[in-house]
Amino acid sequence: MRELTYNEAALEAVAEEMRRDSKIFYMSTDALPPLLNEFGPQRIKATPITEAAFTGIGIGAAGCGFRPIVDWRQVTFCFVAMDQIVNQAAKIHYMFGGQVTFPLLFRASVGGGGLVAAQHSQSPYSMFMNVAGLKMFLPSTPYDMKGLLKTAIRDNNPVISFESSRLMGRKGPVPEEDYAIPLGQADVKREGRDVTVVALAWLVHEALAAAEALDKEGVSVEIVDPRSLVPLDAETICSSVRKTGRLVIADEAGPTAGFSAEIAAVVAEDAATFERLAAPVKRVCALQVPIPYSPVLENHVFPDRNRIIAGIREVLDAKGPARAV
Amino acid sequence: MMSLSPNLPPDKQREMLRQMLMIRRFEERASADYLAGKIYGVVHCYIGEEAVAVGVCSTLKRDDRIISTHRGHGHCIAKGADLNRMMAELYGRQTGYCKGKGGSMHIADFDIGMLGANGIVAGGISIITGAGLAAQMEGKRGVAVSFFGDGASNAGPFHECLNIAAAWKLPMIYVCENNMYAAQTAAAVTHALSDVAAKAAGYGIPGVVVDGNDIFAVYQATNRAVERARAGEGPTLIECKTYRWRAHTERRGQPDPRDPAEIEAWKGRDPITRLERQLRDQGHLDDAGLRSMEGDVMRVLEAAVTFADASPFPLPEQATDDVFAA
Repeated sequence: MRELTYNEAALEAVAEEMRRDSKIFYMSTDALPPLLNEFGPQRIKATPITEAAFTGIGIGAAGCGFRPIVDWRQVTFCFVAMDQIVNQAAKIHYMFGGQVTFPLLFRASVGGGGLVAAQHSQSPYSMFMNVAGLKMFLPSTPYDMKGLLKTAIRDNNPVISFESSRLMGRKGPVPEEDYAIPLGQADVKREGRDVTVVALAWLVHEALAAAEALDKEGVSVEIVDPRSLVPLDAETICSSVRKTGRLVIADEAGPTAGFSAEIAAVVAEDAATFERLAAPVKRVCALQVPIPYSPVLENHVFPDRNRIIAGIREVLDAKGPARAV
Repeated sequence: MMSLSPNLPPDKQREMLRQMLMIRRFEERASADYLAGKIYGVVHCYIGEEAVAVGVCSTLKRDDRIISTHRGHGHCIAKGADLNRMMAELYGRQTGYCKGKGGSMHIADFDIGMLGANGIVAGGISIITGAGLAAQMEGKRGVAVSFFGDGASNAGPFHECLNIAAAWKLPMIYVCENNMYAAQTAAAVTHALSDVAAKAAGYGIPGVVVDGNDIFAVYQATNRAVERARAGEGPTLIECKTYRWRAHTERRGQPDPRDPAEIEAWKGRDPITRLERQLRDQGHLDDAGLRSMEGDVMRVLEAAVTFADASPFPLPEQATDDVFAA
């Protein structure tokens, strides 16, 4: 099968959908050249650097029958549009009694690794997961990126495509034929027996490397990639944990009230899964600090394959919750 | 003195008066029912500012789109909303415009181009600018109107959107209802300029100040702006100087820092009395005609209250409906 980068897969999904549906148009502070060349400035609009305005413009156009794609580029730039995202886009369909739909795709890169310091290395998806009315996903491969993006563009709700900046140039197989991946469907990236690692984006690849290393020691690691954050495929996660009895959650964001906290809660709340836990849940996350600039500091803050290995060893050694017999 | 009527047929002029009366009676009832506990949360009354909504919307077609503010009943009624569904929404009923999920601050009717009241100051300006972009892309000569207050004119989205609308020549009309107070705070305390319309100069678009209590002045200024927008020449900013008679909200015991003499002075410029007087002077309205108009308005209002009162509340479990569209 041919290979595309993560970024190429995203652009291919956008271009294919734009060819299919003339109601789709694209707004971003810089017009992306391949899209601009094919679709022209009427559909690929370069906006002023005013996310509050063009996010709201996207909402309004969506309510009038268009299907806008609003590309914030980096997630950090969307914070000036929080009123439009949280007060308007997330609530407008519900608040107006469902009378019209707001098909709207937001794109935002997340994550660190670029040595660009605190404002440009963020992974704030759990802030958005907390807001009812938004769907969102964070893919780990070019294949998942294209399939999820196509679904999101066809969805009749505001959907945020979080895209890992560390993975932009990473290649992977992407079929030529049309396909779409439903939101709310996790993917088991590696099957195993001894421990479940739930990981997102770049950390899926770090977890795969960790699993390879541990395989040599006879430890069998299962890796579940939720892919979609809202809706979340709790069943695939719980069913894996019921099988292995141990859970490590790896996330490039900090732990506090984060994606990792949500996964831990989902597993702890499900009685059938909780009773199979043989060890406390372990979270392998970024430190709860703004992301620093210097490589020495940045490396210290982010989790990687070594910390995932350490986390796995910890849950393999630990004892489970005491249970009444 | 108010502006002489433009070349509008007497029927249309009487209809403008009827709509202003409808807004006023609707809100008098909403206020009373709020204080009686039949309407919940918060109600912001538009009384005193009716000439802006009706003057502006009288220039529009059904397919043209508007967006409103937290003070939104007047814009809804002027754009042709159904009174039954409006009152039912205030009553929190299943039959309301938003099935009881929105209330006074969130009434919308997309079928008539009313893209919603909005509880966030300046929150609607970019959304309706998106409707302006949609109208431009549709290419059917539609226009979009943003209603907002003097408070919103100091917020970022106002300036960001005026710039984009001017740069892209969007068919937009930005209507500032300058009632001189942003909630409790006087505009004199927070505005660098006394005229909001002057801000248009920064974006190279027309900025017009009109007496917002003079319905024909509002109508004529809007009509010019609409013609300009339909011709593809871009946006206009219209500032309507007006005044709200009531406090910021209907909440009992809420302080109103305004000078009572100021409030009384503005009541002397009642847009409804002014239009009524002009119609009488020109022989387009007599006592019988006014009585019949008042009777008609009250019948519609009473029917709306009866409809709302008889409508079922939503089922509790409907709270989880419509979070996402299918």
